[in-house]
Amino acid sequence: MVLAEFSPFTALAGGMLIGAAAVLLMLVNGRIMGIAGIVGGLLGGGRDADTGWRLAFVAGLLLPAMIAGVSGGLNGPAVDLGLPVLLGAGFLVGLGTRMANGCTSGHGICGLSRLSKRSLAAVATFMAVCGVTVYVSRHLWGA
Amino acid sequence: MKRLLSAFAAGLVFGSGLLLSGMADPARVLGFFDLFGVWDPTLALVMAGGLTVTALGYRWCLRRAGPLCAVQYQIPANQSLDGRLFMGSALFGLGWGLVGYCPGPAILSAGGGVSQAWWFCLGMVAGMLVWRALEYAQLPQGRVAH
Repeated sequence: MVLAEFSPFTALAGGMLIGAAAVLLMLVNGRIMGIAGIVGGLLGGGRDADTGWRLAFVAGLLLPAMIAGVSGGLNGPAVDLGLPVLLGAGFLVGLGTRMANGCTSGHGICGLSRLSKRSLAAVATFMAVCGVTVYVSRHLWGA
Repeated sequence: MKRLLSAFAAGLVFGSGLLLSGMADPARVLGFFDLFGVWDPTLALVMAGGLTVTALGYRWCLRRAGPLCAVQYQIPANQSLDGRLFMGSALFGLGWGLVGYCPGPAILSAGGGVSQAWWFCLGMVAGMLVWRALEYAQLPQGRVAH
């Protein structure tokens, strides 16, 4: 197996920050930190009791994003994927995460942490399908 | 007000964690799944760090009577392993593997000016709205979905 260059300490520390954010949202707001749920919940049109904190969370997420964007610290996809793939993959991620009630944060971090059977099944499924997709697109497609 | 501030802080810490860990970079995410290419173990370490803190933190939270600024903890009670869960997760995995963005990093990158992430997020919002419309159509008359 060929290993990529990676930085174990920033990976662990970054993961711990993600965990700290999940704990903070549970401790103060009593809510699961699921990004698909937070964003999906904002798309209904109407306002409800959850609209405010969801908007605040997204605003908090966008602040470091803009700082990283301005300072040139963000990489997009390594290859130019083209509009149909970007739109289509985004559509699948949006539809799938809402259908399954969770994504990498909601099922992956929060669900696995509380030993949810549903989250374990979801994570095993989306990781397996993601792995097959990467294998097919990188090693079979046009190879 | 405290609920808004804590949600803002959680978003900020979450986004900083994504950036520090490298998970905002789709190449790094896809590298983890490319077992037969150049393998990048980063995602496993991010999950390990995140799960350790969250598992310990949640246990500590849930020992308290309730959250600091809300009536009660809202923990999903659904336990069923149904078709929706597997079908939705499979669709998500397919889209994730094609580009390397899951919802958090996609929104972060779009906000940071990555034009490919704008198109991805446009598709993602459309997919979420389609699911919402399908859910409404399935509901008995007069009920409101949340």
